[in-house]
Amino acid sequence: MPGLEHYLILSGLLFCIGLAGAVIKRSAIVILMCIEIMLTGVNIAMVAFSRFITPVELTGQIFTVFIIVVAAAEIAIGLAIILALYRNRNTIDTQKIDLLKW
Amino acid sequence: MGMQIAFWILAVLAVVSAAGVIWQKNLFRAALLLVLCFLAVAGIFVTLSADFLAAVQLIINVGAVAILIIMSIMLTREVTSGNPSGKLGLPALAATGVLAFSIIITSVSSYWPLSSSSPLEPTTAALANLLFENDGFIFLIQLGAILLLTTIIGAIVLLRKED
Repeated sequence: MPGLEHYLILSGLLFCIGLAGAVIKRSAIVILMCIEIMLTGVNIAMVAFSRFITPVELTGQIFTVFIIVVAAAEIAIGLAIILALYRNRNTIDTQKIDLLKW
Repeated sequence: MGMQIAFWILAVLAVVSAAGVIWQKNLFRAALLLVLCFLAVAGIFVTLSADFLAAVQLIINVGAVAILIIMSIMLTREVTSGNPSGKLGLPALAATGVLAFSIIITSVSSYWPLSSSSPLEPTTAALANLLFENDGFIFLIQLGAILLLTTIIGAIVLLRKED
């Protein structure tokens, strides 16, 4: 049986991969995908703590349910904003969307 | 022993496919790799005896979110421009590498008050009791319903054609 540390290392790796992608990439859709990877990593940490430290109370799994709800809302609104942006400016490259840049 | 093998296969699959989302030049394949990463994480939830969450992960992330992302890749013709990186490539990689290293060191060297009792199985009934009892998380459930309604209205307002 793999221990708590294995799951925490896996969750940290997924979080950092998502963070790197969200900073490096230029396409707005890829940035949203990387944010989803970050949230998934956090979910693994929550469930692992719930399994290994409070196995009977399930509080970590409740947190994960709410993280999934908020992530679904975030991805729906994010993609709607990206599509509206594409309709107005014909690009979703974040380096070219610089109307508010001084 | 079987649990160990399953964990290692799923963990390597999740990390490799998440890295593939960044490295893959073809945007459509990157989206498919994201789906693979979500599938592996659903398997990880099963090894943690969180059966309800594994089903939720399959239905919401692998089902709904993946379809939304693939549809919007189609709608924005983003596939033609590939998956370009910005100017911050190396510094960002170095900073996240340091962050990953410190997370690994911290999680290995910390003391965790592990519990030896065996986990609940199945978890669905216990989760439902916690979520819908009066002294449980019922207020957050209602807040979540309002959030989802606001999301639907917001998406419609953002994408409505002006007339």
